[in-house]
Parts: sequence; C-alpha cells; structure tokens
Amino acid sequence: MMRYGLWKYLLILIVLGFGIVYSLPNLYAPDPAVQVSYTSSSQSADQFLADEIRNILKDKNLNALIELEADYVLVRTNTYQNQLKIKDILSSNLVNDVVIALNLAPTTPNWLEDIGANPMKLGLDLRGGVHFLMQVDTETAIKNRQDGTLQDLRIRFREEKIRYTQALVEDDSSIYLKFNSDEATEKAEDFIKDNYSQFNLPLMNGDQVLILSLSETEIEQIESDAIDQNLTTLRNRVNELGVSEPIVQRQGKKRIVVQLPGIQDTAEAKNILGKTATLEFHLEAQMDTPRSRKTSYPYRNGLGAPAFLQDSVILGGDQVATAQASFDENGLPQVNITLDGEGGSKMHRATRGNIGKRLGVLFVEQKTRTVYQRDLEGQQTPVQESYEVKEIISLATIRAALGTTFRITGLDSPSESSELALLLRAGALAAPMTFVEERTVGPSLGADNIQAGVFSMQLGLFLVLGFILFYYRIFGIAASLALTFNIVLLVAIMSILSATLTLPGIAGIVLTVGMAVDANVLIFSRIREELKNGRDPLDAIDAGYNRAFLTIWDANVTTLIVAVILLSYGTGPVKGFAITLSIGIVTSMFTAIMGTRAFVNLIYGSKKNLERISI
Amino acid sequence: MTFNIDFLAWRKIALIFSSLFLVVSIASLFLKELNYGLDFTGGTLVELSYPEAANISEIRATLIQGSFEGAQVANFGSSKEILIKLPGTVSDSLGSEIVSLLSSANLNQEIDLRRIEYVGPQIGSELRDDGGTAMLIALAFMMLYIAFRFQSMFAGAAVIALIHDVIIVVGIFSLIQIEFDLTVLAALLAVIGYSLNDTIVVSDRIRENLRSMDSDSTEEIINTSLNQTLGRTLITSLTTLLVLFSLYFLGGELIKNFALALIFGVIVGTYSSIYIAANALVMMGLNKDHLRVEEPENSDDSLLP
Repeated sequence: MMRYGLWKYLLILIVLGFGIVYSLPNLYAPDPAVQVSYTSSSQSADQFLADEIRNILKDKNLNALIELEADYVLVRTNTYQNQLKIKDILSSNLVNDVVIALNLAPTTPNWLEDIGANPMKLGLDLRGGVHFLMQVDTETAIKNRQDGTLQDLRIRFREEKIRYTQALVEDDSSIYLKFNSDEATEKAEDFIKDNYSQFNLPLMNGDQVLILSLSETEIEQIESDAIDQNLTTLRNRVNELGVSEPIVQRQGKKRIVVQLPGIQDTAEAKNILGKTATLEFHLEAQMDTPRSRKTSYPYRNGLGAPAFLQDSVILGGDQVATAQASFDENGLPQVNITLDGEGGSKMHRATRGNIGKRLGVLFVEQKTRTVYQRDLEGQQTPVQESYEVKEIISLATIRAALGTTFRITGLDSPSESSELALLLRAGALAAPMTFVEERTVGPSLGADNIQAGVFSMQLGLFLVLGFILFYYRIFGIAASLALTFNIVLLVAIMSILSATLTLPGIAGIVLTVGMAVDANVLIFSRIREELKNGRDPLDAIDAGYNRAFLTIWDANVTTLIVAVILLSYGTGPVKGFAITLSIGIVTSMFTAIMGTRAFVNLIYGSKKNLERISI
Repeated sequence: MTFNIDFLAWRKIALIFSSLFLVVSIASLFLKELNYGLDFTGGTLVELSYPEAANISEIRATLIQGSFEGAQVANFGSSKEILIKLPGTVSDSLGSEIVSLLSSANLNQEIDLRRIEYVGPQIGSELRDDGGTAMLIALAFMMLYIAFRFQSMFAGAAVIALIHDVIIVVGIFSLIQIEFDLTVLAALLAVIGYSLNDTIVVSDRIRENLRSMDSDSTEEIINTSLNQTLGRTLITSLTTLLVLFSLYFLGGELIKNFALALIFGVIVGTYSSIYIAANALVMMGLNKDHLRVEEPENSDDSLLP
C-alpha cells in the first residue's frame, strides 16, 4: 500500500481549480472597440454622448454595442475593419471636444471579473501599437538651470551693488564671473557662499574670476528632477492622446519607455510626445539695451523683419495653469492662457512699469538633428544632437498691466493653436528628448503573430503528449495531465500578475512544454531502472520519485537562475521570454512531481501485491 | 532503454572533433563576424504586406528615386511580404516616409504596414554590451551554484561545457550568416540553461555512483553513469526538439531564428554534457576522495515531495 496524504490531494485540487478559474478569462476573445471620452478631464462621459454616438452610427447603418463606462463611452464591434470605420466616422461627426481611441475590450463574464480574474495583457507585438524609447537630454536641463541662476545673480548683484565686468555660462555647465577689483570679487564670493549652496568650492579661479560649477549631488538632483518632470509631462500628453492602457516608464538612468497599444498613426503620437515646444515671455529690447543683453529672433510665420527681445525671461510655459484653443473676433486662431498665481504676479510686475512698450511671445522648440562625427578610428558615425529654435509668435504693445489671464494671437492655423494649448496644458518637458528606438506593429501582424504562436503551441503540445503517451502508457497519462495542468497554471499566474504576453513569451511557454517533461522522464526512467534491479513495483515508484527529486531540483534551480538573469538584464523580447520561462519552471516542478505522484498513487496506491505497472 | 556504450573510448575523437569545431567557430567569428540584426546595428526596418506578389525591383527603383539609396529590399517569409532595411540610418521618421512614398507609387494596391522598427545608433552597442554582461553573469552564478551543490570540479566541467556550447552555436550563426538579434540572444541564454540541465543530471548520477559503486576506476563509474542517464537524455532532447521544430515551422518569421538557435543548442548541449563535461571531469582527475568530505545527501530530506 502506498499512502499519499489527503491534504496533498486537496492542495492539488485547490490549485487546479484556482488555475482553471483564473486562466478562464483568456478563452474569451476581446472585442475590437472604440473608446470616446471628453477632452476636458473634469467632464466625465454621460448619457448625452452615448446617445449622440448611437444616433451617428444608426445613420450610417453600423452595428455596434454602446456602453457607458465611468470615464468614457465604449463602442464594441465585431471586426477590425468596423472598428476603424467607426473611429473615422465618429471623429468627423462628433461636435464636442472628444478624444477617440482604439481599444480591445475584454469580454470576460461578470462573475469572473468579480473575483478578479482577468485575461493576460497582450504585448504590442500581439495586438499592434507603438513602442518608443526616448533618451532625456539632461545636459540641457543643467544648462537651463545655470542660465536661470545667472539671470538671478545679475539682479541680485545689482541690488547688492556688486560690479562685475563679465558674466556668462561657459561649456554649457558652469557660470563664469569676472570682476575688476579684488574687493568686488571677495564680496561676490561671500555673497554667493551665503546664498547658494549648489556650487563646488572653491569658487575663486585665478585673478578676479569666479567659476560656479554645480556639485555632483546637485547635478544628479537636476537630472532626476528633469526625468521625473518629463515622465509626468509624458503621462499627461499620453492621456490627451486618449490611448487605452498606455505605459510610460523610466528605463535605466536617462531613458523613458512609452508604449501605446492600438495607435497606428505614429507621426501624430511622436509629434505630441516629443514636442518640447513651450512659450517664453520677453520684453522688447529698447534702444539703450546693451548688445550682450538682447537677441534678435525671426517671426514664426516668416512675415516681418526679425526683432530684438531682451534676454531676461519674464516667465516661461511652466507657469501656465491652463490653456485653451479658440478663435478671436476675426475668426483667427488664438490660445487663451491662465497663469498660476506666481506667474500672474510676475507678469503683473513686469508689465505694470512697461505700459506702451511691447511684449514678445517666443515659441521655443527643441529639435534634434543627426550630425556625423569622426570617431577615433576615423569612421563617420551618426550622433544625435539637439538644438533650439526660438521664434516670435507675437509682439504686441502692452496697453494695461496684465494679470493671470490673457490671450495669445498670431498663430498660423487652428491645428497649431490646439497643439500649443495641449502642450501648455500637459506641461513642458524639463529637458528635450531624442527618440532612440521606435517600433510600430500593425494590427494585422499582431493577429498573425497570435495565430502563429497558438498554432505552434498546439502542435508542440500534441507531439509531446503523443510521444509520452506512447512511451510511458499509464504513467504517460499522468505526465500528459501534468503537462496540461502546467500550462493552465502558467496562464493563470500570468493573468493574476497581469504580466504581458509577447510572441517570445509564447515561445517560452512552448519551450517549457518541452522541458517540463524532463522531470517526469527523470522520474520514470528511474522507476524503470529500479524495477530492473528487482524491486517490487510500489517500492520502485517510491524510490524513483525520491531519488529523482534532488536531480530535478538542481536542474530547475540552475535554469531558474538563467531565467532571472534574463529578466533583470533583458529588455523587450528577452524579458517576455524570461517571464514565461521562470513561471513555467516553478509551476512545472509542482505539476510534474506532486501532480503525477498523486495520479499514480490514485491508480496504483490502493492495490496490494501489485505485480506489474504500465510504464 | 538500456545502454552499454563505452563512451570514454571515444574520448579522444570527441576531443579532436570539438576542438576542430571550436577553432572553425572562432575563426568564423573573427573573419565573417556575426550577421547582427537591427537590434544591434541600429537602423530602420519596414515590413510591408502587398495583396499580391510584390515586385521587388520596382520597389527598389521607387525607393532610389525617392533618394533612399542604401535601401535593401527582400522578401520576408512569402512573396507578398517585403522587408526594407536601411542600415545606419539617420532619421527616426524615415519609416513613415518610406510607407507614404510606396503607397503613393502604388495607388491601385492597398499596402498593409506590418511593422516599422527604428533603433538609434547608441542603443545597438549598448544592447550588445548588456547581452554579453548577462551571459557572463549567468555563467558566474551557475559556477557558484554547482560548486555549492556539488564540488568545484563539477562546476569547472559544467562551465567548460557551457562555453563550448555557446561558442559553437554562435559560430554556426556566423558561418551560415543567420541574423543575430535580441531573440537569438535570449535563445542563447536558454541554451545555457538547457545544456546545464543536462550536465547536472549526468553529474548528479556520477556523484551518486562515486559514492555507491564499488569500482575504484573513475572512468568506469563515469561510463556507467552516462549509460544510465542516456535514455533520459535522449528522450528529453527529443521532446524539446519536437516543440522547437513546431516553433520553427509554425511560429512565424520572427521566431524562426530563435527556434533555430535553440535547435542547434539542444543538439550541441546534449553532446557536450556527455563528452565535454564528463571528459573534463576525467581529465581533472576526479576520484572518490573528492566527495568524501561532503555531507550525506539525505540532509535535504525536507525538500522531498
């Protein structure tokens, strides 16, 4: 007699039940859907919007299921062609300010959703979409910070009556100050030491010169602030794009990953994400403004001669609280701007004393270009560098002191005004970004990839099951059940962790199928050996399981080590593969050892004087 | 399955065979190098699907007219599918420009954009470095674990076998110039896992027999162990190869090279756990004394099922 504790059977049953329930949602194919929400985040979708959509679609004879969710209206359809058609029809017929996005709506039954069972997420390679990897140019953030500090210093020096002969930012990172007396130099040095803590000491550098370079910790702080702000800004912008289930994540030290499932128009997405456009407000330079304090800028629309603006910035786009695109009395595009409190008072102070003079609005945009540099081996290598374009969009006479709200005109087109409004609303990027990687997968390729993945998994499983059934008979049944059980568990765990399934992930599952059999092969070979050594069947089974266990353990732990290293070092396809591989190894240990043991015991365990087993 | 093969009699031949293969692989890696895919070289890749068989030379001509000189155009999987590659390319919007150019040249045909990939110049070399680092770390951890669970000679033998496998698989990729991309790198790491799995099973049996068998001849013990585990080794390799072939033939173009790397890896890994790892143990002079100090195996009873 061979006993196997009741609790072990119970455990296996519970795990099996749990696996089946939580992997179940994956059997329900999602509906292609269109998701509509109001642009303004304060307004949530309502019955009115749902009815409007229903009427538009009824006019066009399109069949769709319209559901009102908390934040949006979901329009479910049955084919991908209809999905695109509905999106086009809605975007040209809906009058309100709405964001329309493609989505894949799950069809999981309510009772499953209620217990938290949801399908696995599909990676971009399986559902289509765009993946961007952006590198944050933190050097620009550092330069901007030093520019700001220099401007601040000029004002403070004037207040403190410290006379200097030269003040500029050199090498994009340190401030160079030149004085014409030792006394002034010392006074400035003391003043800076008392009021600024971010610089490397000593400040003194040669005769009557102070160099203010940022300390290591300060640079790190600026860099991480820049990346955090860029992340926030990107999330805001992605929300404005109306993508369902977007991913915006930091990757490594200076990079940000953005994944937008369902998006096909990469040009628009890139335009919005990568734009560093923002505004700067400057006073027009006067005749007596020294040359070193003013710069000439061209007009953005190309009309009119370039004009000189003062270098000091009244305020920048980061102090814009809200911005809305609209039209002025003459039907020309404009942007209505509301500043935050601090911005409002800065604007008021600057314009109060300058009535009659002109206020310039600068459109500032960071762009990137590729230049070729000769590397050490004399080969031309492409290097991306960013540069700044500053153009005047309006230069208007100040008639009265401005407050927190005003409007900007002089924009070329309604699309430009709405884009500028969006960028001002979503916030500026603290540092420009370059796209270092971009992957777009069309929906048809995604569907083909799923089909190929599923098909190869079915065939692989079929072949392996066929072989072990033929080779191991009754024990083969145990191993086959365990293998199937393993896939169910693997899928259930992936679903619970809401891990993303990718094509390499499917390959990982398929590979797990092939390798998970190994544990059973080890056990069964051992049992055969023990039988050959003359043990009676029950003893042989017992010895087989016990002796093979440590081997299985060692073999799996080492493979798991590889999988975990892949998981931590890999990106993209490598990661997807590593996830399924690691989960598969863990679940296979359970199913191949405990699962088959329970089955074998159920069949043979109660028999006394067992003479033959079918292995 | 019972075997009684004198594996170690083939030892010298196997050694010559492996050395030859290693030399050819390394020479090929130096002379022909690897055919790195987009992930590692950087550049732009566009995959398009035409409703009917696409005319490659026409597409090439259109691209050259549109001043995309360096474009390589080739079929991908089928005659309707087209893969356009622009190596070392300069702009991240190139992909969409190509699509609009080709669509305007083919007004009567609906071109389906399957995918666009752009990888910047700095990413490629980083991915290569990361891949190399990951592989070295994996090897180091393997060595540590085996040294801890078995004994340092086993660790040495296993790592020699792993390096042997990786060099030969990469060598094959270099020899027949199959594209080496990120998924192939992942496959290579999986090969490490698989080959190690095999080596551990064999080593485990050698350790057990060193303790239990009466014979004093290490070679005889190793030979017996190899024969005892051969059945299992072959069956597991067979089931793994079954799924890999189904991935290779049905998994789609993107998975093909991944499956291929693993197919080579499984074959080489199976061979190496028999001939390289076991051989290395013999050559390092493993004998019963090396295991005497270790604690008895049943200290791990708590782990039993």
